[in-house]
Order: sequence, then structure tokens, then C-alpha cells
Amino acid sequence: MSTTATTIDRAAPPEVGPRAFIRRLRDGDEIAHVVTLVFAAAILLITSLLVYELWMDSRLSRAKFGWDFFWTRTWDPIFDHFGALPFIYGTLVTSVVSLMIAVPLGLAAAVFLAELAPRRLSDGIAFLIDLLAAIPSVIYGLLGIFVVVPLMRTVIGPALKAVLGKLPLFGGPNYGVGFLTAGIVLAIMVVPFIISVSREVLLTVPGDQREAALALGATRWEATWQVVVPWARTGIMGSVFLALARALGETMAVTMVIGNDPKVSASLFAPGYTIAAVIANEFTEATGDLYLSALIELGLVLFLMTFILNGLARILIVATERGGGHPS
Amino acid sequence: MSSVRLIWRKSVNAVMLTLTGVAAFGVVCILFLILGYFVYNGGRSLNWAFFTRLPTPVGESGGGMANAIIGSLKLLFLAALIGLPVGLMAGVYLAEFGGKAFAFVIRYTTDLLNGVPSIVIGIFAYSLAVAPVKHFSTLAGGLALGIMVVPITLRATEEFLRAVPGSLREGAMALGASKWRTIATVVLPAAAGGIITGMLLSLARVAGETAPLLFTALGNRFWSPGWSQPTAALPLMIYEYAISAYDDWHRQAWAAGLVLLAIVLLANLGCRMALGRRGMPRSS
Amino acid sequence: MRVAERPSAAHEKEASVRFEISDLNFYYGAKQAVFGLNLKIPKNKVTALIGPSGCGKSTFLRTLNRMNETIRNTRVVGNILLDGQSILNMDVVKLRRRVGMVFQRPNPFPKSIYDNVAYGLRINGYSGRLDDLVEHSLKRAALWEEVKDALHKSAFALSGGQQQRLCIARALAVDPEVLLLDEPCSALDPVTTAKIEELMFQLKDSCTMAIVTHNMQQAARASDFTAFMLDGKLIEHNETSKLFTTPQDPRTEAYITGRFG
Repeated sequence: MSTTATTIDRAAPPEVGPRAFIRRLRDGDEIAHVVTLVFAAAILLITSLLVYELWMDSRLSRAKFGWDFFWTRTWDPIFDHFGALPFIYGTLVTSVVSLMIAVPLGLAAAVFLAELAPRRLSDGIAFLIDLLAAIPSVIYGLLGIFVVVPLMRTVIGPALKAVLGKLPLFGGPNYGVGFLTAGIVLAIMVVPFIISVSREVLLTVPGDQREAALALGATRWEATWQVVVPWARTGIMGSVFLALARALGETMAVTMVIGNDPKVSASLFAPGYTIAAVIANEFTEATGDLYLSALIELGLVLFLMTFILNGLARILIVATERGGGHPS
Repeated sequence: MSSVRLIWRKSVNAVMLTLTGVAAFGVVCILFLILGYFVYNGGRSLNWAFFTRLPTPVGESGGGMANAIIGSLKLLFLAALIGLPVGLMAGVYLAEFGGKAFAFVIRYTTDLLNGVPSIVIGIFAYSLAVAPVKHFSTLAGGLALGIMVVPITLRATEEFLRAVPGSLREGAMALGASKWRTIATVVLPAAAGGIITGMLLSLARVAGETAPLLFTALGNRFWSPGWSQPTAALPLMIYEYAISAYDDWHRQAWAAGLVLLAIVLLANLGCRMALGRRGMPRSS
Repeated sequence: MRVAERPSAAHEKEASVRFEISDLNFYYGAKQAVFGLNLKIPKNKVTALIGPSGCGKSTFLRTLNRMNETIRNTRVVGNILLDGQSILNMDVVKLRRRVGMVFQRPNPFPKSIYDNVAYGLRINGYSGRLDDLVEHSLKRAALWEEVKDALHKSAFALSGGQQQRLCIARALAVDPEVLLLDEPCSALDPVTTAKIEELMFQLKDSCTMAIVTHNMQQAARASDFTAFMLDGKLIEHNETSKLFTTPQDPRTEAYITGRFG
């Protein structure tokens, strides 16, 4: 259908104005755009609402305790006196312990997978390690209670005490539950993340860096440790932050093996408490608005900690993926 | 350069390289140890009663977790209903329509949401769905899980939509299809495999979550009719039984753990193999 | 296939040979890349390896410091003697200290200029007079004047040509007897290339060099001996001036007159 004469079509729809919008609307594309936009905006809404709720529902506690909340040791539901220190302490201690185990272990494994193993083996093992990352927290908790705790009580604890028992860090009675046990379980849970991200980052290091080191007469280990790993250092840091953020928020596995005792103790064998664990245990038992508000304030603190860490981790990992820091 | 030093360097080399291999295989061994423990301890206690009977009062043996299994299924159903459409549609928006600034904000917020500890999500769902009506419910639990489903689904949708080659879209548009029609009839079907797999993975992940259910679905020793009552769920039962003092309950916890582990691992295995080499976009 | 050997050239080579390669065959898995290669690389001279892409010259060069061992499934069959000793039986770390390598693209470490040059020294346990050794290497690489006030700066702050000279300084720092250069100027501009060729001229009194190059003019300018390879085989090897003016093999002539490659 073609015409050679140009005619002015008086019935042609206008290009702008409300009539045009309605026509485009009927075309369907605008609807699709609007509908999907609404769903996308819903995510913004949910997240803002989450922060808002955390903020509002903790106001009772924030008003009453102010900044002192962070360094008060007592957690006393009976007299309505709440302090976050034991939980922040416990969260940090268990996370640090877990990293001290998981980072060397994870980095070593990542180095093996990225530098030494043939590609097929490396991919296969990486696949299996990704499966580890998918295992639910409560499963790790179950193993923690029935495997790690007895192990701690009968083997690991006595061994450590025999060698290092003089230090306050390893003093006190060893019941099997406590900071160290929780740290060990957490380490197993976060090591897959460190391995997975570090391996990917190490694989992006240009091959000629390693070759330059080898050509100078370095051994394989020297080339790897002194040249390849430092090149990937930023991304590896990112993986550590990621792991830390996970460890901070872990609830079930930790609460099943930490002993659930809101005390600040020097010994790693002592029972303790983390933010996530106390919320899990006491939320439904919280009598009184102040109690609940204090727990929610703890939730707010946890949210902020993981938010900052995840943000940092993302910056570091993205920077490495873009070859950041190294002109190529 | 002395040969003593060379021998030292070579020894360090051999030791360190061996240690890295030990580390890698050690971590893999942990996986198999976990599987071994659960198959051994859980397999012994797994029987027909487990799947069909309700929990019995303490001390009586022969109870099962039928209500927990059904409860988990109901929660997953709700999570899918709430979370999958949001993730899908938002993913379509980001991949097909989004403007740069707004899309960046959405992506950033989604990542943020993904990183929120699940117990905090539980608090949120509590304040939205439990506090106002003053009772725990399946609905609240489904809401919590649904929120967690969104980020993973969104990531998968966006990445797989983007991976569809432009030539496909141009082909459709050249035939006169409008944008939404192109998306609905050409692009989405092309990306469907990856998107569905991503959805299944997100559901597999929330199936094992316990923390967000602790004060939303709460748990239940009996059947939970409808949607507005507290309900049992597999992870909740595992937790409750594991920390109890009763051997029979411990055995049941292992059995339930085995079932949960099997579901989660099989889903992950299946999905990852289906995705092949490319794998899932990392939902860090 | 005849390898031209003039009496004077033969005398030169017999007098002092650094590398003696006989019957070298190299395999990537099942695929053979070098076929029965026989070559003598004279001491304190520059030997250029030329040939079209894929002829095996880089592969061959990398067998001389066993860098090919970093690739899986490779096999070396034959004899490679460094000063009479087989390098295949030698400790590879020791070998690489004696035979250094400069790569096609500059690959300095993400460290300071000083630390880059000092790296080889440090891992080999030199201590003490590091400053002097670093300065000496940078002077040998004709880079000292340009960086002497900025040794702590990152190596990446240097231009491409400076980075490549830094890599040369780094390789020279451990005082190798041989320096292998794998197309070192292909990523560089003509001015820098000229600087590096000048460098090679000054270095050869103390260091035997073998350079793989795509650039025939460079081979003609900068080398004493040239070897022409094709499809993994050594076709011709002679003093550079003789090979370029009176090539013995028709394939050599075809290559250097630009009829292929």
C-alpha cells in the first residue's frame, strides 16, 4: 500500500499531549514500562521500609539508652537495663576467629585452584566448593552441636590448653561450646566464599607477571606468593570483607554452639553471645516494649555493620574485575 | 648464590605448594564429611512415619514431620508467589527499560537487600505482618522468605535477558513487533532457561532458612490450616529438635537434616549443571 | 637444505659457543612444533631468530630457559648444552638465573622501580650492596639517568619504552650469561626501539643475546648472526651480513625479500 500523493491527514493523532500518551499507552509499550518500573520501585520501597521500621521500632531503646547502649555490659530483662556490648563483642570475636582460620585456608585453596591445578580439576573442585556455600545454616548448626562441640571438648580444647593454657585467651573451663567453637563453625561456612572469589580474582592476573618472575629464577611458590597474589590483593581483600559480612550475620549455626551467655570474656573457651543469636533466642520471649525495642536496635546495628562491609567488599571486587589499580 | 639457600628455597616451594593442595582437598573433604554424617545418622532414622506422621509428645517415639514438610512447601509457595514476580519484573525493567541513574539505584538497593542478614529480614517481616495483627502466621513467614527471593531472581533475570543477542530483538522488531511484544514473545523465552534456573536456586536457598521464620511462622506441633496460623517448617523443626535434650528428637533432627540437605544440594546440582559453564551471576 | 658455513664463520663459532643445540624436537601435546633443530649460539654476540608467524622461533627461544615447562603437556627431545652442560638435567631455578628473558610486552611487577630491579637479587639471597647492584643494572639498561631520582615510584608510572628497559634492567640484575629477548620492541615506538638496539650493542660484550624478531631490518641492524626458521625447522644460519646479502636457500631469499611472511 503506497501512495504517491501526500495528503494531510486531519485524523492523524497528535504527537504530543495527553492524547498521544493515551495512544502510546494503548500500544502496550508504555504499560510494560510502567508496570516493570513499579515492580522495580517496589524493591526500593521494601528496602526503605525495612530501614524505616528498624529505625522506628528501636526508638524506645535509642531514646532511653542513647550511645551508652554500645558500651554497656549488662543485659538485664528483669530490670529493663540493656546494653549491646556483650553481643557486639561476641559478634566481632567469633567473626575474627573465623577469619583467622578461613582466610589462610581459603587463600591457600584458591591459590591451588588458580595456579596449580589443571583447569578441569580446578573447575570441578570449585563446583563442589560452591555446593558447600549452598548448605543451610541450620545444617552446619546440627553438625556443630553433635560433631564440633564434642571434638572441642575432648580433643581440640585439651590440646590447645596443653600448649597455650597459660594465656588468658585459652584459660578457663572448656565445655565445648563457646567463642572458639562458633568461630570454627563460622570458618567452615565462610571459607567457600573466600575460595570462590579469590580464585576468580587470581585467574585474572596476567600470565606474563608469573612468567617474568619465573624467568628471573623464582620458584613456583615464590612467583605465586610474591608476584601473582599481590597483584590480586585488592580482590582478595574484597573476598575477605564479603566473608566477614556473612559471618557477622550468621544466626543459626552460631546460636547452636556459642553457649548463649551475654558475657564479655577473655577466654575463647568461654560461652558468649552474638547479636544475631540473642535476637533469635529472645525475640519471641521479649516481654515489654523496651525489651523488644532493644533487640530491634541490635538488629539495626547488625544491619549497619553488614551494609558497610558489603559496600566496601563490592567496591574492592569490582575494582579488581575492571583491572583496577594496574594499567594493563 | 649458595646451594644451601637454593635447597631451602626448593624445600619451601615443595612444602607450600603441597599445603595449598591439602587445603583445597581438605575443604572438599569437609563437603563429603558433611554428606557422610547426614547419610549415616539421618538415613538410619528416615522411615515412612517421618513423612506421614505428626510430631508426637516428648517421650513418645514414632513421631514424624509431616506438618513441617507441608509447612515448608506452603512457605515456599508463598515465597514464590511474592518474590518471583517482583524479581522477574524488576529484572525485565533493568535489562530492557531502565535509565542509567535509576537502574543503578535499583541494582545497588537489590545488592543491599541481598546482603541483609536473614534475621533482620525476619524482624522486618515481623513488624509488617505480625505486630499489627498480633499473631504469627504462615503469611508472615512467606513474606520474609519472599523478600529474600527477590535479589537472586532479579540478578538472574537481568543477566540472562542481557545475554540474549541483539540480533534476536532486531529480528522481531523488524517484523513490526512492539517492544513489549518482543520482550514477551522472543527475549523472555530465549532467556527462560537461565531465569527459571535462577528462580529455582533462589527457592532452594530460602527453603533452608530458619532465622527469618523464628518470629514469623514461629513453628507448630500440629497441622496449620489456612495461611494465618503459625506453621511448622523443616528448618525450624531441625533447630528445635537439635537443641533439645531427647535422643529420639536428635535422631529426627538428623533425618530432617538429611531431607533438607538432599533437597538443597540436588536443586543446586541440577541447576548449576543445567546452566553449564557460564554459571549463575555471582549473588555475593 | 644446506646450512651455509664459511670458514671464518665456523672459526668464530668454534672459538666460543654459549649454547649448543643439537637435534632438538619440541611437542605441544601431540603436535610437533620444532623439528630436528641444530644450532650453535656464539658467546657475546647477538643472534637473531627470524621467520614468519608460527614458524616456532618463540617456542624455540623459550626452550632455552625451559619456560615452556609452564605449559602443560609439552615435551622436549634432544640436546641443549649451555657451556657444555645439558640444561635439561640442570636445576631449572639455577638455569633461569644464568639465562634471563625479556618478554614481548613489558611486564613490570606492581612494585617500585627499585623493587622491580631488586626482585631477582632478593630471591637469590643477595643482601647488602643492593643499592649499588640496582644502580649498576639500571645503568646497563640505559635507564639510570631517567629514574635515579624516582626509584621509589611505581613502575607503572613509566612509559612503555621505559618499562621495557626496566624489565631489561631487572633481568640483568642477576648478571645472566645469556639474555633471551622475545620480540622486545614489538610494542614500542621506533625511537625507543632504536634505544634498545643501541643497548644490545653495548651489552653484548658481557652478555650473549638471542633475539626473536619479526622485523627484518632490526635483525639486519642489530645482530651478528641470524637464523631463519620456517615451519619448525632451521633453514639457514649465518653471519647476518652474509645471510641478508647472499642467502643460500631460496626460501630464505623469498622471506627476506618480502615475498611471504
